[in-house]
Amino acid sequence: MKPIFDESDPVELRLCVNGAVRTLCVPPLRRLLDVLREDLRLTGTKEGCGEGECGACTVLIDGQAVLACLTAACSAEGSEVVTIEGPGFERARREFLEHGAAQCGICTPGMIVMTRAWAEACRRDGIEPTEDGARAALAGNLCRCTGYGAIVAAAVSTAREGFP
Amino acid sequence: MRVVVARSIDAALAALASATEASRILAGGTDLCVEFESGRTRPDLVVEVGRVAELRFVRETQAGLEIGAGSTCADLLRSAPVARGADLLALAAREVGAVQIQNRATLGGNLVTASPAADLVPALFALGARVRLASLAGRRELLVEEFVTGYRATARRPDELVESVVIPPRPAGEHRAFHKVGTRRAQSISKVVVALALGPRGAGARIAAGSVAERTLRLATLEAALARGLARERLAQAVAHAVALDTRPRDDVRSTARYRRAVLERVLVRVLGPWLEPEGNAA
Repeated sequence: MKPIFDESDPVELRLCVNGAVRTLCVPPLRRLLDVLREDLRLTGTKEGCGEGECGACTVLIDGQAVLACLTAACSAEGSEVVTIEGPGFERARREFLEHGAAQCGICTPGMIVMTRAWAEACRRDGIEPTEDGARAALAGNLCRCTGYGAIVAAAVSTAREGFP
Repeated sequence: MRVVVARSIDAALAALASATEASRILAGGTDLCVEFESGRTRPDLVVEVGRVAELRFVRETQAGLEIGAGSTCADLLRSAPVARGADLLALAAREVGAVQIQNRATLGGNLVTASPAADLVPALFALGARVRLASLAGRRELLVEEFVTGYRATARRPDELVESVVIPPRPAGEHRAFHKVGTRRAQSISKVVVALALGPRGAGARIAAGSVAERTLRLATLEAALARGLARERLAQAVAHAVALDTRPRDDVRSTARYRRAVLERVLVRVLGPWLEPEGNAA
Protein backbone atom coordinates (compact mmCIF):
# COMPACT_ATOMS: atom_id res chain seq x y z
CA MET A 1 0.00 0.00 0.00
CA LYS A 2 1.25 3.42 -0.97
CA PRO A 3 1.74 5.78 1.96
CA ILE A 4 -1.24 8.07 2.30
CA PHE A 5 0.97 11.06 1.53
CA ASP A 6 1.38 9.82 -2.03
CA GLU A 7 -2.18 8.59 -2.60
CA SER A 8 -3.72 11.58 -4.37
CA ASP A 9 -3.16 12.72 -7.96
CA PRO A 10 0.05 14.67 -8.58
CA VAL A 11 -0.15 18.44 -8.97
CA GLU A 12 2.35 20.98 -10.21
CA LEU A 13 4.40 22.43 -7.39
CA ARG A 14 6.79 25.37 -7.57
CA LEU A 15 9.41 25.78 -4.90
CA CYS A 16 12.47 27.94 -4.59
CA VAL A 17 15.07 25.56 -3.17
CA ASN A 18 18.43 26.97 -2.11
CA GLY A 19 17.95 29.92 -4.45
CA ALA A 20 16.86 27.97 -7.55
CA VAL A 21 13.24 27.74 -8.74
CA ARG A 22 12.18 24.10 -9.09
CA THR A 23 8.96 22.92 -10.71
CA LEU A 24 7.81 19.41 -9.87
CA CYS A 25 4.77 17.23 -10.33
CA VAL A 26 4.05 15.51 -7.00
CA PRO A 27 1.07 14.33 -4.91
CA PRO A 28 0.03 17.39 -2.84
CA LEU A 29 0.46 15.66 0.51
CA ARG A 30 3.86 14.14 -0.33
CA ARG A 31 6.16 15.00 2.54
CA LEU A 32 8.51 17.89 1.81
CA LEU A 33 11.18 15.58 3.24
CA ASP A 34 10.61 13.07 0.41
CA VAL A 35 10.43 15.83 -2.20
CA LEU A 36 13.84 17.07 -1.05
CA ARG A 37 15.56 13.73 -0.57
CA GLU A 38 14.03 11.61 -3.32
CA ASP A 39 12.75 13.98 -6.00
CA LEU A 40 15.51 16.61 -5.75
CA ARG A 41 18.25 14.25 -4.45
CA LEU A 42 19.09 16.70 -1.66
CA THR A 43 19.98 14.01 0.86
CA GLY A 44 21.64 16.32 3.38
CA THR A 45 18.30 16.67 5.17
CA LYS A 46 17.94 13.51 7.29
CA GLU A 47 14.95 11.51 8.43
CA GLY A 48 15.19 10.56 12.09
CA CYS A 49 11.82 9.74 13.61
CA GLY A 50 9.45 10.88 10.87
CA GLU A 51 6.97 12.16 13.43
CA GLY A 52 8.18 15.55 14.57
CA GLU A 53 10.10 14.51 17.67
CA CYS A 54 13.76 14.61 16.67
CA GLY A 55 14.47 17.66 14.49
CA ALA A 56 16.84 15.84 12.09
CA CYS A 57 14.77 17.05 9.10
CA THR A 58 14.79 20.73 10.11
CA VAL A 59 14.83 23.07 7.08
CA LEU A 60 14.07 26.76 6.66
CA ILE A 61 10.81 27.74 4.95
CA ASP A 62 10.61 31.48 4.30
CA GLY A 63 13.33 31.90 6.93
CA GLN A 64 11.58 29.89 9.65
CA ALA A 65 12.86 26.59 11.03
CA VAL A 66 10.28 23.85 10.41
CA LEU A 67 10.23 20.07 10.13
CA ALA A 68 10.23 18.68 6.59
CA CYS A 69 8.64 15.40 7.79
CA LEU A 70 5.53 17.27 8.99
CA THR A 71 5.24 19.59 6.00
CA ALA A 72 3.04 18.59 3.08
CA ALA A 73 4.42 19.57 -0.31
CA CYS A 74 1.34 21.71 -1.01
CA SER A 75 1.91 23.66 2.21
CA ALA A 76 5.32 24.74 0.92
CA GLU A 77 4.10 25.70 -2.57
CA GLY A 78 5.61 29.03 -3.65
CA SER A 79 7.87 29.16 -0.59
CA GLU A 80 11.57 29.66 -0.27
CA VAL A 81 13.11 26.47 1.12
CA VAL A 82 16.68 26.39 2.39
CA THR A 83 18.31 23.05 3.21
CA ILE A 84 21.72 22.23 4.66
CA GLU A 85 23.06 22.21 1.06
CA GLY A 86 22.07 25.88 0.68
CA PRO A 87 24.11 29.03 1.19
CA GLY A 88 24.49 30.77 4.54
CA PHE A 89 25.65 27.88 6.72
CA GLU A 90 29.39 28.53 6.40
CA ARG A 91 29.88 29.98 9.86
CA ALA A 92 27.79 27.32 11.64
CA ARG A 93 29.50 24.49 9.70
CA ARG A 94 32.93 25.82 10.62
CA GLU A 95 32.02 26.10 14.33
CA PHE A 96 30.55 22.57 14.39
CA LEU A 97 33.74 21.29 12.76
CA GLU A 98 36.05 23.15 15.11
CA HIS A 99 34.10 22.05 18.20
CA GLY A 100 33.96 18.43 17.06
CA ALA A 101 30.19 18.71 17.37
CA ALA A 102 29.35 15.67 15.24
CA GLN A 103 29.45 11.99 16.11
CA CYS A 104 27.30 9.71 13.94
CA GLY A 105 26.16 12.79 12.01
CA ILE A 106 22.45 12.08 11.54
CA CYS A 107 21.35 14.97 13.76
CA THR A 108 24.06 17.35 12.51
CA PRO A 109 22.30 18.92 9.47
CA GLY A 110 19.20 19.66 11.57
CA MET A 111 21.39 21.03 14.39
CA ILE A 112 23.20 23.34 11.97
CA VAL A 113 20.00 24.59 10.32
CA MET A 114 18.43 25.24 13.74
CA THR A 115 21.61 26.96 14.94
CA ARG A 116 21.46 29.34 12.00
CA ALA A 117 17.76 30.11 12.60
CA TRP A 118 18.55 30.82 16.26
CA ALA A 119 21.60 32.95 15.43
CA GLU A 120 19.50 35.02 13.01
CA ALA A 121 16.73 35.42 15.60
CA CYS A 122 19.28 36.58 18.19
CA ARG A 123 20.66 39.17 15.75
CA ARG A 124 17.18 40.31 14.64
CA ASP A 125 15.80 40.68 18.16
CA GLY A 126 19.04 41.84 19.77
CA ILE A 127 19.08 38.90 22.20
CA GLU A 128 22.49 38.00 23.61
CA PRO A 129 23.32 34.37 22.72
CA THR A 130 23.83 32.30 25.87
CA GLU A 131 24.21 28.61 26.63
CA ASP A 132 20.67 28.51 28.06
CA GLY A 133 19.37 30.22 24.94
CA ALA A 134 21.11 27.66 22.73
CA ARG A 135 19.72 24.77 24.77
CA ALA A 136 16.18 26.19 24.47
CA ALA A 137 16.57 26.82 20.74
CA LEU A 138 17.92 23.31 20.13
CA ALA A 139 15.41 21.59 22.46
CA GLY A 140 13.66 20.04 19.47
CA ASN A 141 16.85 18.56 18.01
CA LEU A 142 17.80 15.24 19.53
CA CYS A 143 21.30 13.72 19.40
CA ARG A 144 21.20 10.01 20.23
CA CYS A 145 25.02 9.98 20.60
CA THR A 146 24.36 12.62 23.32
CA GLY A 147 27.15 14.94 22.23
CA TYR A 148 25.24 17.97 23.42
CA GLY A 149 28.13 19.80 25.13
CA ALA A 150 30.06 20.37 21.92
CA ILE A 151 26.89 21.06 19.92
CA VAL A 152 25.72 23.76 22.34
CA ALA A 153 29.20 25.32 22.42
CA ALA A 154 29.32 25.39 18.59
CA ALA A 155 25.84 26.96 18.46
CA VAL A 156 26.77 29.69 20.96
CA SER A 157 29.99 30.41 19.04
CA THR A 158 28.03 30.70 15.79
CA ALA A 159 25.42 33.03 17.25
CA ARG A 160 28.02 35.22 18.97
CA GLU A 161 29.28 36.51 15.64
CA GLY A 162 28.57 40.22 15.58
CA PHE A 163 28.03 40.39 19.35
CA PRO A 164 30.75 42.10 21.44
CA MET B 1 -8.59 10.93 -1.51
CA ARG B 2 -9.14 14.45 -2.76
CA VAL B 3 -6.86 17.31 -1.72
CA VAL B 4 -7.98 20.94 -2.04
CA VAL B 5 -5.47 23.70 -1.40
CA ALA B 6 -7.44 26.75 -0.22
CA ARG B 7 -5.96 30.22 -0.22
CA SER B 8 -9.04 32.03 1.13
CA ILE B 9 -11.76 31.36 3.69
CA ASP B 10 -14.38 31.29 0.91
CA ALA B 11 -12.43 28.66 -1.02
CA ALA B 12 -12.02 26.56 2.15
CA LEU B 13 -15.75 26.75 2.95
CA ALA B 14 -16.67 25.82 -0.62
CA ALA B 15 -14.41 22.75 -0.42
CA LEU B 16 -15.74 21.82 3.03
CA ALA B 17 -19.34 21.86 1.77
CA SER B 18 -18.83 18.28 0.55
CA ALA B 19 -16.85 17.18 3.63
CA THR B 20 -17.77 14.09 5.68
CA GLU B 21 -16.82 12.86 9.16
CA ALA B 22 -13.76 11.28 7.52
CA SER B 23 -12.52 14.56 6.00
CA ARG B 24 -9.67 16.55 7.54
CA ILE B 25 -8.58 20.17 7.56
CA LEU B 26 -4.79 20.52 7.27
CA ALA B 27 -3.30 23.65 8.85
CA GLY B 28 0.18 23.43 10.40
CA GLY B 29 0.26 19.66 9.96
CA THR B 30 2.00 18.96 13.26
CA ASP B 31 -0.75 16.57 14.41
CA LEU B 32 -2.29 15.50 11.13
CA CYS B 33 0.95 14.56 9.34
CA VAL B 34 1.79 12.22 12.24
CA GLU B 35 -1.64 10.62 11.84
CA PHE B 36 -1.03 10.24 8.10
CA GLU B 37 2.35 8.66 8.80
CA SER B 38 0.88 6.09 11.20
CA GLY B 39 -2.00 5.30 8.84
CA ARG B 40 -4.46 6.04 11.67
CA THR B 41 -6.26 8.60 9.51
CA ARG B 42 -7.35 7.84 5.95
CA PRO B 43 -9.43 10.84 4.93
CA ASP B 44 -11.69 11.09 1.85
CA LEU B 45 -10.97 14.82 1.58
CA VAL B 46 -8.16 17.03 2.87
CA VAL B 47 -8.61 20.80 2.75
CA GLU B 48 -5.27 22.55 3.19
CA VAL B 49 -5.68 25.97 4.87
CA GLY B 50 -2.11 26.58 6.06
CA ARG B 51 -1.61 29.56 3.77
CA VAL B 52 -4.96 31.32 4.26
CA ALA B 53 -3.73 34.76 5.31
CA GLU B 54 -7.24 35.77 6.49
CA LEU B 55 -7.01 33.18 9.27
CA ARG B 56 -3.80 34.62 10.71
CA PHE B 57 -4.43 37.79 12.72
CA VAL B 58 -4.80 39.23 16.20
CA ARG B 59 -7.15 42.18 16.67
CA GLU B 60 -8.64 44.02 19.61
CA THR B 61 -12.43 44.33 19.25
CA GLN B 62 -15.39 45.44 21.39
CA ALA B 63 -16.05 41.79 22.32
CA GLY B 64 -12.42 41.30 23.35
CA LEU B 65 -9.31 39.98 21.69
CA GLU B 66 -10.02 38.10 18.47
CA ILE B 67 -7.32 35.67 17.32
CA GLY B 68 -7.39 34.01 13.90
CA ALA B 69 -7.43 30.20 13.98
CA GLY B 70 -4.43 30.10 11.63
CA SER B 71 -2.21 31.96 14.10
CA THR B 72 0.79 29.82 15.00
CA CYS B 73 2.20 29.33 18.48
CA ALA B 74 5.11 31.54 17.38
CA ASP B 75 2.59 34.25 16.40
CA LEU B 76 1.01 34.01 19.87
CA LEU B 77 4.44 34.29 21.52
CA ARG B 78 5.32 37.43 19.55
CA SER B 79 1.99 39.29 19.86
CA ALA B 80 1.84 42.24 22.26
CA PRO B 81 -2.01 42.21 22.41
CA VAL B 82 -1.90 38.48 23.31
CA ALA B 83 0.66 39.20 26.05
CA ARG B 84 -1.71 41.86 27.47
CA GLY B 85 -5.12 40.26 27.07
CA ALA B 86 -4.49 36.52 26.75
CA ASP B 87 -1.23 35.93 28.61
CA LEU B 88 -2.25 32.33 29.41
CA LEU B 89 -2.28 31.58 25.71
CA ALA B 90 1.28 32.86 25.28
CA LEU B 91 2.44 30.85 28.31
CA ALA B 92 0.80 27.75 26.85
CA ALA B 93 2.20 28.35 23.34
CA ARG B 94 5.72 28.33 24.79
CA GLU B 95 5.10 24.79 26.06
CA VAL B 96 3.98 23.39 22.69
CA GLY B 97 6.74 21.21 21.21
CA ALA B 98 9.94 23.02 20.29
CA VAL B 99 10.63 26.03 18.03
CA GLN B 100 10.08 24.06 14.79
CA ILE B 101 6.64 22.92 16.00
CA GLN B 102 5.76 26.37 17.36
CA ASN B 103 6.46 27.84 13.91
CA ARG B 104 3.77 25.62 12.35
CA ALA B 105 1.26 24.48 14.99
CA THR B 106 -1.88 26.62 14.97
CA LEU B 107 -4.45 27.70 17.54
CA GLY B 108 -7.27 26.31 15.40
CA GLY B 109 -5.44 23.03 14.96
CA ASN B 110 -4.96 22.54 18.69
CA LEU B 111 -8.69 23.16 19.20
CA VAL B 112 -9.97 20.96 16.38
CA THR B 113 -7.64 18.05 17.19
CA ALA B 114 -9.03 18.36 20.74
CA SER B 115 -6.44 16.07 22.30
CA PRO B 116 -6.99 15.70 26.07
CA ALA B 117 -3.29 16.64 26.40
CA ALA B 118 -3.62 19.86 24.36
CA ASP B 119 -1.69 22.79 25.83
CA LEU B 120 -3.59 25.73 24.32
CA VAL B 121 -7.07 24.35 25.05
CA PRO B 122 -6.92 24.62 28.90
CA ALA B 123 -5.70 28.22 28.48
CA LEU B 124 -8.75 28.93 26.29
CA PHE B 125 -11.02 27.34 28.95
CA ALA B 126 -9.50 29.51 31.69
CA LEU B 127 -9.81 32.63 29.54
CA GLY B 128 -13.52 31.97 28.89
CA ALA B 129 -12.85 31.93 25.12
CA ARG B 130 -15.55 31.63 22.48
CA VAL B 131 -14.97 29.76 19.23
CA ARG B 132 -16.18 31.25 15.94
CA LEU B 133 -17.17 28.76 13.26
CA ALA B 134 -18.03 29.43 9.62
CA SER B 135 -19.65 27.35 6.88
CA LEU B 136 -21.54 28.10 3.69
CA ALA B 137 -24.68 27.85 5.84
CA GLY B 138 -23.57 30.75 8.02
CA ARG B 139 -21.58 31.58 11.13
CA ARG B 140 -22.02 30.61 14.78
CA GLU B 141 -20.18 31.03 18.04
CA LEU B 142 -19.73 28.49 20.86
CA LEU B 143 -18.18 28.69 24.29
CA VAL B 144 -14.92 26.69 24.14
CA GLU B 145 -16.30 24.17 26.68
CA GLU B 146 -19.26 23.50 24.40
CA PHE B 147 -16.91 23.18 21.46
CA VAL B 148 -14.73 20.43 22.97
CA THR B 149 -17.16 17.54 23.47
CA GLY B 150 -15.03 14.46 24.13
CA TYR B 151 -11.87 12.50 23.35
CA ARG B 152 -10.58 14.19 20.17
CA ALA B 153 -14.17 15.21 19.50
CA THR B 154 -15.68 18.65 18.95
CA ALA B 155 -19.02 20.24 18.09
CA ARG B 156 -17.63 21.27 14.68
CA ARG B 157 -19.70 19.93 11.80
CA PRO B 158 -17.69 18.48 8.88
CA ASP B 159 -18.59 21.49 6.70
CA GLU B 160 -17.43 24.03 9.29
CA LEU B 161 -14.11 25.84 9.64
CA VAL B 162 -12.90 27.35 12.91
CA GLU B 163 -12.21 30.96 11.93
CA SER B 164 -11.13 32.54 15.19
CA VAL B 165 -11.44 32.60 18.95
CA VAL B 166 -12.55 35.58 21.01
CA ILE B 167 -11.08 36.21 24.46
CA PRO B 168 -13.30 38.45 26.63
CA PRO B 169 -11.60 41.52 28.15
CA ARG B 170 -9.56 40.76 31.27
CA PRO B 171 -11.54 41.55 34.46
CA ALA B 172 -9.80 43.87 36.92
CA GLY B 173 -7.72 42.11 39.57
CA GLU B 174 -7.93 38.65 37.99
CA HIS B 175 -5.09 36.26 38.87
CA ARG B 176 -4.02 33.87 36.14
CA ALA B 177 -1.58 30.94 36.02
CA PHE B 178 -0.47 28.20 33.65
CA HIS B 179 1.47 25.11 34.67
CA LYS B 180 2.47 22.08 32.63
CA VAL B 181 4.11 18.91 33.90
CA GLY B 182 5.80 16.75 31.27
CA THR B 183 8.55 14.17 31.08
CA ARG B 184 11.19 16.76 30.31
CA ARG B 185 11.45 20.51 29.98
CA ALA B 186 10.95 20.82 26.25
CA GLN B 187 9.11 18.96 23.51
CA SER B 188 7.04 16.77 25.79
CA ILE B 189 3.35 15.95 25.82
CA SER B 190 1.75 16.85 29.13
CA LYS B 191 1.11 14.42 31.96
CA VAL B 192 -0.88 17.16 33.67
CA VAL B 193 -1.59 20.68 32.44
CA VAL B 194 -3.40 23.38 34.39
CA ALA B 195 -4.62 26.84 33.38
CA LEU B 196 -6.62 28.99 35.73
CA ALA B 197 -8.11 32.41 36.32
CA LEU B 198 -9.35 33.63 39.68
CA GLY B 199 -11.10 36.92 40.50
CA PRO B 200 -10.78 38.82 43.79
CA ARG B 201 -12.10 36.76 46.78
CA GLY B 202 -12.52 33.67 44.61
CA ALA B 203 -15.14 35.20 42.35
CA GLY B 204 -15.45 34.01 38.74
CA ALA B 205 -12.91 31.19 39.07
CA ARG B 206 -12.18 29.18 35.93
CA ILE B 207 -9.93 26.23 36.72
CA ALA B 208 -9.09 24.09 33.68
CA ALA B 209 -7.02 20.92 33.50
CA GLY B 210 -5.78 18.70 30.70
CA SER B 211 -4.56 15.07 30.57
CA VAL B 212 -6.75 14.17 33.57
CA ALA B 213 -9.82 12.98 31.64
CA GLU B 214 -10.82 12.04 28.10
CA ARG B 215 -11.08 15.77 27.36
CA THR B 216 -9.96 19.08 28.78
CA LEU B 217 -12.29 19.99 31.64
CA ARG B 218 -13.05 22.54 34.32
CA LEU B 219 -12.96 21.66 38.03
CA ALA B 220 -16.49 22.85 38.85
CA THR B 221 -16.40 21.58 42.43
CA LEU B 222 -13.26 23.59 43.19
CA GLU B 223 -14.60 26.67 41.40
CA ALA B 224 -17.74 26.54 43.57
CA ALA B 225 -15.67 26.19 46.76
CA LEU B 226 -13.54 29.18 45.75
CA ALA B 227 -16.63 31.27 44.99
CA ARG B 228 -17.88 30.56 48.53
CA GLY B 229 -14.71 32.20 49.90
CA LEU B 230 -12.39 29.26 50.57
CA ALA B 231 -9.85 29.89 53.34
CA ARG B 232 -6.22 29.02 52.65
CA GLU B 233 -6.18 26.39 55.43
CA ARG B 234 -9.00 24.47 53.74
CA LEU B 235 -7.52 24.58 50.25
CA ALA B 236 -5.72 21.22 50.25
CA GLN B 237 -8.83 19.39 51.41
CA ALA B 238 -11.06 21.18 48.88
CA VAL B 239 -8.59 20.45 46.09
CA ALA B 240 -8.41 16.74 46.98
CA HIS B 241 -12.20 16.56 47.06
CA ALA B 242 -12.54 18.36 43.70
CA VAL B 243 -9.86 16.29 41.98
CA ALA B 244 -11.53 13.06 43.14
CA LEU B 245 -14.94 14.27 41.98
CA ASP B 246 -14.22 16.19 38.79
CA THR B 247 -11.34 14.34 37.06
CA ARG B 248 -11.21 10.93 35.41
CA PRO B 249 -7.49 10.24 34.83
CA ARG B 250 -6.31 6.96 33.32
CA ASP B 251 -3.12 4.95 33.19
CA ASP B 252 -1.55 5.31 29.74
CA VAL B 253 1.81 5.45 27.97
CA ARG B 254 2.72 8.79 29.51
CA SER B 255 1.71 8.40 33.14
CA THR B 256 -0.59 6.79 35.69
CA ALA B 257 -3.93 7.94 37.05
CA ARG B 258 -2.50 8.01 40.58
CA TYR B 259 0.45 10.20 39.59
CA ARG B 260 -1.80 12.56 37.66
CA ARG B 261 -4.21 13.04 40.61
CA ALA B 262 -1.34 13.64 43.05
CA VAL B 263 0.47 16.11 40.78
CA LEU B 264 -2.72 17.97 39.85
CA GLU B 265 -3.52 18.40 43.55
CA ARG B 266 -0.04 19.71 44.33
CA VAL B 267 0.01 22.12 41.40
CA LEU B 268 -3.39 23.55 42.36
CA VAL B 269 -2.47 23.98 46.03
CA ARG B 270 0.86 25.61 45.16
CA VAL B 271 -0.66 28.02 42.60
CA LEU B 272 -3.86 28.95 44.45
CA GLY B 273 -2.48 29.07 48.02
CA PRO B 274 -0.83 32.50 47.88
CA TRP B 275 -4.00 34.05 46.42
CA LEU B 276 -6.33 32.91 49.22
CA GLU B 277 -6.97 34.66 52.52
CA PRO B 278 -6.12 32.85 55.77
CA GLU B 279 -8.99 31.72 58.03
CA GLY B 280 -10.69 34.64 59.76
CA ASN B 281 -10.01 37.01 56.85
CA ALA B 282 -11.97 34.95 54.33
CA ALA B 283 -15.30 36.32 53.13
